[in-house]
Amino acid sequence: MISAEYLGMPVEINDLDHENLDYFAYCAKRDFHLQRCASCNLLRYPPSTACPWCAELVAEWVSVEGRGTVHSYTEVHHAIQPAFKQHTPYLVLLVELDTQSGTPTKEAGLRVIGNLARPDGVLAPKSEVERVGIGTRVRIVFTDVVPGLALPQWTIDETAAGGTPWRYRG
Amino acid sequence: MPLPREDVDATTPKFLRDKYAIVGVGETGFSRGSNKTTRALATVAVRNAMLDAGLKPSEIDGMLSYQSNDSVFSPLVAGDLGIRLNFYMDVFGGGSSTEALIGIAIGVIEAGMCKTVVIFRSMNGFSQVRIGGTGARAAAPVSGDALHSRAYGWQSAGQSFAPTFMRHMYDFGTTAEQVAHVRVAHSHHASNNPKAYYKKRLTVEDVVNSRVICKPLHLLDCCVETDNANAIIVTTAERAKDLKQSLVRIRGVVGRCSKPRVDMHYQVGPISTVAGYYAKDILWPNSGVSPEDIDLTGSYDAFTFTTMLQLEDYGFCKKGEGGHYVSDGTIELGGKRPNNTSGGHLCEGYTHGIAMVIENVRQLRHDADDSCPIGPDGRRQHTYDYREGGCRQVRNAEVSANLGWAMPGTGSAMVMRRG
Repeated sequence: MISAEYLGMPVEINDLDHENLDYFAYCAKRDFHLQRCASCNLLRYPPSTACPWCAELVAEWVSVEGRGTVHSYTEVHHAIQPAFKQHTPYLVLLVELDTQSGTPTKEAGLRVIGNLARPDGVLAPKSEVERVGIGTRVRIVFTDVVPGLALPQWTIDETAAGGTPWRYRG
Repeated sequence: MPLPREDVDATTPKFLRDKYAIVGVGETGFSRGSNKTTRALATVAVRNAMLDAGLKPSEIDGMLSYQSNDSVFSPLVAGDLGIRLNFYMDVFGGGSSTEALIGIAIGVIEAGMCKTVVIFRSMNGFSQVRIGGTGARAAAPVSGDALHSRAYGWQSAGQSFAPTFMRHMYDFGTTAEQVAHVRVAHSHHASNNPKAYYKKRLTVEDVVNSRVICKPLHLLDCCVETDNANAIIVTTAERAKDLKQSLVRIRGVVGRCSKPRVDMHYQVGPISTVAGYYAKDILWPNSGVSPEDIDLTGSYDAFTFTTMLQLEDYGFCKKGEGGHYVSDGTIELGGKRPNNTSGGHLCEGYTHGIAMVIENVRQLRHDADDSCPIGPDGRRQHTYDYREGGCRQVRNAEVSANLGWAMPGTGSAMVMRRG
């Protein structure tokens, strides 16, 4: 049982929840891993007991490069959870990994949720929030919570070339 | 942008088209502070539906409800009203449950398990378990799978659905001003609905200038939270002929039809497409009509965007043209195909979809409960003058479509017709 606090929120993973325990333990080692199906070889996100593409139960954890492009997002100005009220505006990013993009169908991808964070894993300030939109290149970073649990997050990949991202201007 | 399609055909020649009917509807009215338990609210709503139908407690023998750990269960409501049940079930869920449960009611009656089913949803969605997620639900521990959502401040319906809305704007150039017309239209409808919680008519500027909640949603893109209970009674059309109200038949239903990977539907795109893309291929063949045959719609308006997305994916306009469809006058009273003539969740009150079905039942009876004068036959004499405070009956309403929404990945739908 992992039991901790993050931004003042109680967070926990039950001992029975092997998939999430493994996933977040790799994140705590700063080594992003996903399950790869032993039958069809496809990666999947989020962690699960069976393969969503072929229902195979056997999978192995493999290291995956944490780079991708913002596929969509929301910028939260009115937080619902008390923990986030002092962090507005914050971004929730849906990031499509370069790995396995467009596989097994053209419109499928590994789309991993995270906040926009600074490279040290702390939630990004407003000045950075306002730079990011659909198309922004990002790389994975981690926010340590407790031994065995770190949250994967996204930070702007300052080394990436690319055009201006699309942002909702409302 | 084609979606991956499975070769599963849910349509069937035994679709029971027109064999079942909705014979009674009832509600408590909408408030923010009911000062009643969900048990008391449900009891009043079910009783009102029985009175509306002209049914005695002894003539109801089935009960269905839906809830999210926030409401009373069927046996208590049945017991309070002296209803002896041959069948009941309380189902977990919110939006999109109504149409799905109507389908289940048809199935259990067809199976001979009971004869007449009442369906209810009772909630103190403002004063107890808030539907927007503030209060107890926001403070609950972030546990297990929620680490992939709530740990990122990604919890409420608006936050969860926003990537779909945003991507639709990116893919198709849909604007905030276009979707704001949904709120404007529904506010005009609500101004002619004496029981609506918000009756004030709004403008596009009111919507887009209201404060940002989570982009692209402004405050007025979001629905209201209210306390209320609503009930619907389903039985065979044959039996309905002996009852009090004019007949409203069920043409076809789709229940909780889903996109691939419904647990995390953003994994399979296009993410600007919603479950209606799949549901339409069950709804239209089973009901034997097409969007062009529909006189009025009840497209679920948890947000302005949800109404637009569903109308588009069910084929009321071409893919990508939803923004135009909802802003060109079509969905307003007096337009070609009004949507949510009650004012819907955005203005009338939040019911997880059941009140949108009740509204269309009344429309198909030609008996919308507006402020028009009541004639010597006890029925409203509709003026079809849609100015503020006036009529909201759709002229010659014959066929309606309700499009229920749980989330981008799941929806339900139903076609009803008059007579």
